[in-house]
Amino acid sequence: MKVTVIGAGVVGSLIARELSRYDLELSIIEQNLDVGWATTKANSAILHAGYDDPPNSVRSKFCSKGNSMYTRLSEELDFEIKRTGSYVAAFNNEELRTLKKLLKQGRINNVPDLEIHERETLIQREPELNPDIQYGLWAPTAGITEPWEVAIAAVENAVANGARIILGEKVVGFEKRRSKITEITTQKGVYKTDLVVNAGGIFADDIAQLAGAEYVPLHPRRGEYIVLDRKPGFAVKTVIFPSPTAVSKGILVVPTVNGEILLGPTAVDLSSDMKNSTRTTKEGLNRVMRSAKFLVPSLDFSRVIKTFSGLRPESPQKDFFIGASKRVPNFINVMAMRSPGLTAAPAVAEHVVEEIIQQKLKFKLSKKRDFNPKRSRIKRFGELPPEQWREAVRKDPAAGKLVCHCNKVTEAEIVEAIRRGARTLDGVKFRTRAMFGRCQGGFCSISIMKILKRELGIDMSRLRMKSQNSWIVSGKVRE
Amino acid sequence: MKKVVCVRCPVGCKIEFELHNGKVGKIKGNRCLKGIEYIKEELKEPKRIVPTSVRVIGGNYPLVSVKTSAPIPKRHISDLMKIVKKLRIRAPVELGDVILKNLFNTGVDLVATRTVQKNDSK
Amino acid sequence: MKTDVLVIGAGAAGMAAAISAARNNVRVVLVDRDERTGGVLNQCIHSGFGLHYLKEELTGPEYAERFSSLLKEYEIDVVTECCVHTIKPNGEAILISPSGVHEIVSKAIICATGAREKPFGSLMIPGDRPSGIFTAGVAQRYLNIENRLIGKRALILGSGDIGMIMARRLTLEGVEVACVVERLPYPSGLLRNVIQCLEDFNIPLYLSSTVVEVRGKERLEEVVVAKVDSEHKPILGTERTFKVDTLILSVGLIPETKLLENVVKRDPSSEGILCSSVAESSAEPIFAAGNCTVIYDFADYVTIEGEKAGKYAALYAKGERFDRGIPITRGENIGILFPQRWAKDDDLILYIRSARPMRKAKLIVNSFENTFEDITPGEMMRVKVPYRHLANCQELIVSLREE
Repeated sequence: MKVTVIGAGVVGSLIARELSRYDLELSIIEQNLDVGWATTKANSAILHAGYDDPPNSVRSKFCSKGNSMYTRLSEELDFEIKRTGSYVAAFNNEELRTLKKLLKQGRINNVPDLEIHERETLIQREPELNPDIQYGLWAPTAGITEPWEVAIAAVENAVANGARIILGEKVVGFEKRRSKITEITTQKGVYKTDLVVNAGGIFADDIAQLAGAEYVPLHPRRGEYIVLDRKPGFAVKTVIFPSPTAVSKGILVVPTVNGEILLGPTAVDLSSDMKNSTRTTKEGLNRVMRSAKFLVPSLDFSRVIKTFSGLRPESPQKDFFIGASKRVPNFINVMAMRSPGLTAAPAVAEHVVEEIIQQKLKFKLSKKRDFNPKRSRIKRFGELPPEQWREAVRKDPAAGKLVCHCNKVTEAEIVEAIRRGARTLDGVKFRTRAMFGRCQGGFCSISIMKILKRELGIDMSRLRMKSQNSWIVSGKVRE
Repeated sequence: MKKVVCVRCPVGCKIEFELHNGKVGKIKGNRCLKGIEYIKEELKEPKRIVPTSVRVIGGNYPLVSVKTSAPIPKRHISDLMKIVKKLRIRAPVELGDVILKNLFNTGVDLVATRTVQKNDSK
Repeated sequence: MKTDVLVIGAGAAGMAAAISAARNNVRVVLVDRDERTGGVLNQCIHSGFGLHYLKEELTGPEYAERFSSLLKEYEIDVVTECCVHTIKPNGEAILISPSGVHEIVSKAIICATGAREKPFGSLMIPGDRPSGIFTAGVAQRYLNIENRLIGKRALILGSGDIGMIMARRLTLEGVEVACVVERLPYPSGLLRNVIQCLEDFNIPLYLSSTVVEVRGKERLEEVVVAKVDSEHKPILGTERTFKVDTLILSVGLIPETKLLENVVKRDPSSEGILCSSVAESSAEPIFAAGNCTVIYDFADYVTIEGEKAGKYAALYAKGERFDRGIPITRGENIGILFPQRWAKDDDLILYIRSARPMRKAKLIVNSFENTFEDITPGEMMRVKVPYRHLANCQELIVSLREE
């Protein structure tokens, strides 16, 4: 049986990984040149505890369950999570009432160990918080991760278990027979399929329309972010939220897995024709600065190393839209995976494969006997103690050649990233954290280009930053 | 009083001078004689040192950096670039090697400013 | 591995430090993470090096080769492709290279790790994130070392020396340079470069202006420039759009000192290593020189300071100890000041950048006074204060009093 997952973001990849447990022909089709490059790589990277979701919503069914699944998932797929816990800040009694509502909601959603802390505890735990803070809703199960790494890991594991990943191809049409889909057409190829899972992110409604299936209209919700470099002597240990409004969870202060500080996002609804508009704006960045500074007044903006924006797929219902299509019997929608999409993804993946595909649609799937749930990430030599690093260099001198000095990434890791599918500068960057640090590629990008050229055997002018036309160098200075 | 910045060396003296009927009168602000030469040249025939690179075949780097051994008239620069772009020389190249002699009859040479070894000597 | 002086970084400062230490008859190990010595000098193919130190004007590679031949002559142990993993204040360091992971113990260590370029992200310029945005050093390396052009039509943000030099370099190679844009009301690099890099090629220089937006779906397509007010805030309505496929940034250098962040005291805003007048850091066996302490204009000054560090590190390795000295602090109108302590040994050489341009001002250091004209922060001042003006001070305050 042929199953195709459209979209290799964190949702599509985890669904694919679940599917790869079973005996079937699995393909993943992704329009970008690498996995996890749309919403997945441009969000707050938070594993939400689950108190934010209204108890009768679809997302409430998956958020706290997904949150708890990340512990085992991160061990199996070897990506990093940190259970930092989170605080929702209240500066007055009205906001305290909001905290109490969230607390109540969280308990209904089975979110464990929620507590409201008072100012003294808050300042003790987070000395950099605005001293005017009165209360905070403490959620110990909240955490942070690297969302693109989740997608990369899930796809690697799916591929190791027999899946095929097709990159750089956009779905442009479906062939049907008796209202069932038989083929998927991209700009480059035609693929036979018996079952389609639509995890197309912000474009999922377009894909559903092409298939003739039901959908909810999606529009992009832009969120702008600022990243601050690590600063000696300054730390924010937990995820800090302001009190939420009707509009959004607000602009947060989030430690990252690497110790940087992520500020954002804004929440601006754009029209549906702006699905590629990952621009930042003056107003957006200023708003992030102002709001973040209100929560943590000592933030040092001379340490900004990067700004970016991400688009979340928002629907009018502000909820996930997951289900088998009635009109197209072999088409499953997994769309509008807006916040807490990342957190919910593992639980959604399980639900799609077990409850929708097997129970509801009654596809008979048999488990592979040789399914290997474990995937190892690219070994980070820079994190080894010197004696172990010495051993590694003896076996492979490239493990002793540092390329990215800011994050201590060696040539061996970059070569491995290319072996695992990186074809672009960003592909290397997201698999190794090279170019992520304080110099933002100033020292290492040329070296990485040379390694890509050597390993791929192509001219430098054909190398790309991320997409088909994002060329970096043109011709030669001297022929 | 006219003002210029001398470019003959990195100090960049700000020189003031008088100009009477195209002739230079009183000069002040220069820290050495090069400044006086510079002003006279700027008025008559502005000259510049041109740093650029030349393609090396069979070397451990694809380019050798070169420069004009002395300032040459500005008007020759684009012709110089046309010649330099087509040049190919073989490694090894030693620092100081004359790549092109007597550019445009100025007596100025194009010289290598680094050593490029042959590729097999890595 | 044991040695007397370990020098980290074989650029202008490191090479000079290693040679100077060797001249003082100690064992020297010089490491660099690149495959050859010379640092950024290798890619600075323009002239402007050596005037003060060698009394002749050389290009970067020529200047570098003078020192690399001396390294051979003094039989200094040069290890390339070698990074320093950790340094401890007791002189222990761990080195990582493709040939292995080595432990080294040195009586003195000289940090000569130079500076990094301020990245595009730190400017928080709104818009898209296309390819085609390079810091000037990266563009320079592509052109001069890797033999690659980086675009067809460029705009340069920042009138620092490297930005202006790249403007000329690109133009000579047939890349159209639309303009150089500078936030300040005056050029931030040497006036000499304004003339021979911009005016010579009719490249417009827009002062009091900055880039307010970048646009491009995949590769850069447009850059929007606006004028700014005295607080560097863009003025609405002054926007101009330039169609370019390349944006080059020359917006500042930051001392690259993370390696020593928990070991020595650094300037909290610049991250430069704080030093005394004998190049000693706050942690005794560690000395520092070059751009990792303060950003210099001329490689010549870097060489001189590197030499000084080499000499004193060698003396330290031989057992001499230096006075911790008295603080030198910034007074009126002083922007950047180096060194930050005077070890009471000798005349004091100060490197100063004023906080703002001044037509005429008197530099005052205790009883020393000297008048200077045409002062601008873009041109660093190097001033010698004779010993007799400093004796018996508890603290030295350096000021520039405008006249």
